[in-house]
Amino acid sequence: MMEADWRLAKKKEALHIRAAMIQAIRGFFMGKSFLEVETPIRIPGPAPEAHIDAIPSDGWFLHTSPELCMKRLLAAGYPRIFQITRCFRGAERGSRHMTEFTLLEWYESGIDYWRMMEVCEELLIAVAHSLGYTEDLTYRGRKIALRRPWERLSLWEAFRRHAPLSLEDALERDRFDEMMVDAVEPNIGTEGPVFLYDYPVALGALARAKPTDTTVAERFELYMGGLELANAFSELTDAAEQRERFERELTLRRTWGKSAYPMPEKFLAALPAMPESSGIALGVDRLAMIFADAASIDDVISFATEDL
Amino acid sequence: MYSASDLRKNLKIQIDGAPYVIVDFSFTKPGKGQALYRCKLKNMINGTQFERTYRSVDTFEPADLKEKKMQYLYEEDGKYCFMDTETYEQVYLSGDQVGDATNFLSDNLDAEILFFGEEPIGVTLPNFVDLTVTVAEPWSKGDSVTGKSKPIVVETGYSLQAPPFIEEGEKIRIDTRTGEYLTRVKE
Repeated sequence: MMEADWRLAKKKEALHIRAAMIQAIRGFFMGKSFLEVETPIRIPGPAPEAHIDAIPSDGWFLHTSPELCMKRLLAAGYPRIFQITRCFRGAERGSRHMTEFTLLEWYESGIDYWRMMEVCEELLIAVAHSLGYTEDLTYRGRKIALRRPWERLSLWEAFRRHAPLSLEDALERDRFDEMMVDAVEPNIGTEGPVFLYDYPVALGALARAKPTDTTVAERFELYMGGLELANAFSELTDAAEQRERFERELTLRRTWGKSAYPMPEKFLAALPAMPESSGIALGVDRLAMIFADAASIDDVISFATEDL
Repeated sequence: MYSASDLRKNLKIQIDGAPYVIVDFSFTKPGKGQALYRCKLKNMINGTQFERTYRSVDTFEPADLKEKKMQYLYEEDGKYCFMDTETYEQVYLSGDQVGDATNFLSDNLDAEILFFGEEPIGVTLPNFVDLTVTVAEPWSKGDSVTGKSKPIVVETGYSLQAPPFIEEGEKIRIDTRTGEYLTRVKE
């Protein structure tokens, strides 16, 4: 008898959970009359962001998220759209990162990031229910209570509670990312999911600034079981402001000797027609990690890059 | 010269003139933020450890180490003896210096002994070793072949998970980098 590929065979339960989860996601959006769309994976350039590295592909790039194309659809009169697609980010590999990964991205016009939090709760509770979880679940020994409303915590407050530096000082001393990873992320949402909201405007290149405070971007991140699961904005619709933000990001990339991206002119041209809306990107692999109680992203995808 | 993206578990780098091995490594990247490479480093001479988080712009010197192929002979009083099969020179390593490799050392195994200057400081095993299973529950044929696993113990006393059809007395191949079962070895 041929010996089966044991490492691959071991993933069977996780891959079943993953498939059921994706069906439940589709069901949720169909029920809400969202249109499922597909946009090209190979594009002239990604949205210019300082720390997201696109993989070159024959003069163009593999998309790092479907954001630019989906927003052009929004602008063209598609007010409720979702997409489940493979995205690619260079040199991202760890127990929670794969260079090629699956993103769920959706947009809804007429709402802001605050309402988007509620949609997020509805979606994930619907998915949890479809997989048989009604009250709470456990990820890596950590309880995730599903009862709404989920905790909302401002980034500023999270730093005040958990970090040795204030948010302002962390930014000033260029220690923001280290503080997030070492002090904030391990200590938030220990009982259930948490929405971390309101980021400094420099950390939300495509997010609208708060009407009451232009230094703060209407952005949130959803954490569940200690995993960073989703990132959302009230979308920036001011094309001039968006161009300035992209230029800042591109300048940063040049300073660090990173590859240059073309200015996404067609996207900027469409932006004035885009309605006020909120959009979100959710890591499908990481959600599968939670439902499969998997320690590594490798456990919820059939093949990791190294297996090929 | 290494860059941050070369960092991984077991990489050996030089810091302030001393060789360090990365004993724990994780890649992390907060949303929209920069890549961070968290390392736990162990001084290969005195065993002291520290943790540090590097960024993608950081660079590293490879540790100035020499490797020599030697054969594992025996362990006595916590000292592990290896021999150069050409010169019959013998060196001894402590349990600390051998580390997790003790799980996979069987007699006459060929390994690379690490020298920092003249001093033996560690051992690198082949990526794959074949070891005999000493403890395993019998396989009841009704069990499904795929997807299940059971605990087994090999001749070194190391225990691991293996497919249900593995039986006592069989040889199996283990990946020494992960400690995981790979396949059954037919003799």
